[in-house]
Amino acid sequence: MTDKSTAEIVARAEALYDDVDFTAAREWKAAGENRHVIGHLPIYVPRELIHAAGMLPLGIMGGGDQLEVIHGDAYYQSYICRIPRSTIELGLSGRLDFVSGMLFPSICDVIRNLSGMWMTLFPDLYVKYFDTPQTYDDEIGGRFYEGEMRELLEGLEGISGRKVTDDDIRASIALYNENRRAIRDLYDYRAARPWQFPAWESYLLMRAGLILPVEEHTRMIRDYIAAAEAEKRPIKDNARVIVTGMFCEQPPLNLIKSLELAGCYVVDDDFTLVARMLTEEVPTTGDPLRNLSHAFLHHSMSTAPKYEPDVETKGRFLVDAVREKGAEGVIFASTSFCDPALLDRPMLQNVLSEAGIPYIAFKYAENSGQMQPIREQAGTFADSIKLWSAA
Amino acid sequence: MKPSAAKPASTQDVLKDASMLKQKEMINAHYERLCAAPETGEKVCSTFVPGNLNELIMCFDLVNNLPEVNAIQSGLRRKSGAYIMEAERAGHSEDVCTYVKSDIGMMLKGNIGPTGKPLPKPDVLLLSYTGCFTFLKWFELLREQYKCPTIFLQTPYMADGKITPNMIQYMVKQLKEDVIPTLEEVSGVKFDIDRLREYLAKSARAEDDLVAVLQSAKNKPSPIDAYFGGIYYIGPIFGAFRGTDDAIDYYRFLREEVGERMAKGLGPVTPDGTMEEEKYRLVVEGPPNYTNFRQFWKMFYDEGATVVASSYTKVGGTYDFGFRHDPDRPLESLAEYCLNVYTNRSLPMRIDMLVNYINEYEADGLLINSIKSCNSFSAGQLLIMREVEKRTGKPAAFIETDLVDPRYFSAANVKNRLESYFQMVEQKRSGKGVAA
Ligand code: SF4
Ligand code: SF4
Repeated sequence: MTDKSTAEIVARAEALYDDVDFTAAREWKAAGENRHVIGHLPIYVPRELIHAAGMLPLGIMGGGDQLEVIHGDAYYQSYICRIPRSTIELGLSGRLDFVSGMLFPSICDVIRNLSGMWMTLFPDLYVKYFDTPQTYDDEIGGRFYEGEMRELLEGLEGISGRKVTDDDIRASIALYNENRRAIRDLYDYRAARPWQFPAWESYLLMRAGLILPVEEHTRMIRDYIAAAEAEKRPIKDNARVIVTGMFCEQPPLNLIKSLELAGCYVVDDDFTLVARMLTEEVPTTGDPLRNLSHAFLHHSMSTAPKYEPDVETKGRFLVDAVREKGAEGVIFASTSFCDPALLDRPMLQNVLSEAGIPYIAFKYAENSGQMQPIREQAGTFADSIKLWSAA
Repeated sequence: MKPSAAKPASTQDVLKDASMLKQKEMINAHYERLCAAPETGEKVCSTFVPGNLNELIMCFDLVNNLPEVNAIQSGLRRKSGAYIMEAERAGHSEDVCTYVKSDIGMMLKGNIGPTGKPLPKPDVLLLSYTGCFTFLKWFELLREQYKCPTIFLQTPYMADGKITPNMIQYMVKQLKEDVIPTLEEVSGVKFDIDRLREYLAKSARAEDDLVAVLQSAKNKPSPIDAYFGGIYYIGPIFGAFRGTDDAIDYYRFLREEVGERMAKGLGPVTPDGTMEEEKYRLVVEGPPNYTNFRQFWKMFYDEGATVVASSYTKVGGTYDFGFRHDPDRPLESLAEYCLNVYTNRSLPMRIDMLVNYINEYEADGLLINSIKSCNSFSAGQLLIMREVEKRTGKPAAFIETDLVDPRYFSAANVKNRLESYFQMVEQKRSGKGVAA
């Protein structure tokens, strides 16, 4: 049981979120000998492997609206999303000078090409494009993925000079299983009583998980759940919605707050998927790479950057989430110029239409300042949902 | 400015027309065959240019349909603008790749192909996921409409500049255990590896000739334009003809033609005849604009600028680095082909390629045509530009257009940029340094 209030816990998470110098990760690194921090971009890397190598995974989600982009714009045309330019800014301004490696997962061509830009700009750093499989047979995509993971391990071993054993990985898997359980609980509580667990608070907690050591993050979530349970918060007559499309470039915190202020309880989302990607416990016995691979192939979230092999299943995850979380509508919030999200959107919308689930759509950028239009749109949506359910 | 293209002279024009006519014939016949598929009962396989497994598709008697090429045709015929608007009206974002929207808009408007007849529905979508993320969503979108079997073939990205055994094994396994069995099922034709070997051997022959044609641009003056002209030259091999006798004939013929031009010291053929004076030799990175293709090209040849090498002509294979389809290693060779296409190469590899082109083709500099639609090409191009400038000491310039969306082609802007670029090249030559 914790003696901290939600306000204190959230304040700590918000301080981590606001700190574009990643001081907590710097301090972690400085606290011991031969410690290494490995940065990674969205959407997913098996952080267990980084942890097993004795290193700290650091999730980098761009610079948000806190970072002034001075150099980054010179690297990108106006029609490319914001996250790569603010990430470049983080790199060029020295804010990532303490990381020993950077991983660029296969999410889209922008992040893919950013991997090569990083290699060019920082030739002495360990940089890896991390290719996840888009085919889901254990013997085909799975074997390839295991090979990718082995290559990553070799790269990490090269940095630390220490061999990673299967037992190291199993122990890390166990810790991340606990973390996933805590996060699942948080999301379940949020869906059941969204007034008690506001989305923007849980968002900050999720963001904290990108920089804190996993054990500490799990504790933070458990403490928060306990504290939130103990506090009495007012129930509002809000509409229950799911937001989707925010899996890479992140919305400004204000955007999430605006949705709630506009009368929407956000009962599920796809922010910071790295921590939620695997949806079931990963076994802690047997071949750990095989287990991680199996989990990714068969028990991982559906999201635009992943291929959906079955036309009948396309978009079902969203309908299922609406049912499971008791949502009344879906908000498609996509990053401007984000091909994965925007190309996927019409297909998901068709599935929702068929299921009779209402939705709205808008675009944002990580540095969007004007929330009024989004607030109005979300407010009208919330009102129409309520009218609709009253009718 | 003085026009440096002579009006068509009879013999040269005949030479030009001969290879062009051959290609036109091949393409028309292909579209006829495609459009007749519902009557003839032939089955249709839609796929992509990068990672186009034409030899394999032919093993199953399937007709190859390439939505990217259809989008190009729509662009050239100035229909893409309306198709794109149609797709946007149907809910597609203004932000996404216009190839996809041109294709979807065309579908919504009856799928009328370049011959004026409707294109058939595909019987199978071969989603060769090579070098472009958008492909994945594009075929998910088509699958939603056509409800036909969709085969996914993942080509890992060559991020570290090398092909690893893990990559090859993955691709070969996908081919053996998924792609081939599904194609057998769809077509009802049993796979015969010897038939594949035969096609691959034919591919390699045509590839040799294509490379000779592309490398003829090392000559001064270059007998070809390796971007605007190059787009015609790659047509058959990037499309539905790799592995056919037609392609062998076409490329042998083209090679002879180009050889003759070279022997006579002639410059490239342009729509306004032979280019007379080669004033600038350029390397171009990025796809062209198709809605104003001629106008765009004219801005180059009017200034005496020849493109001596381009990256776009490598999106369907980087044969000039030695890769050939290999009948002795049929499936591995198909895998290597996919892995090697330009858009599947890492950014540092792309920089190396462009630097080498500038050096080997003795070019005056690099021009980047950045395409709004295409994250695969465009993300990172500004860094490419800086690095190539730094490493070659040659000036580079950047223009922005789109492939098939006429809203993003501003002739005045492009022309201004090009004119100041040519001035930069002049200044550099006269030792006055590069203007900002
Ligand atoms: S926001 Fe979308 S397009 Fe941009 S890097 Fe992320 S996934 Fe790619
Ligand atoms: S994003 Fe680029 S490579 Fe991909 S389909 Fe569009 S134009 Fe082609």
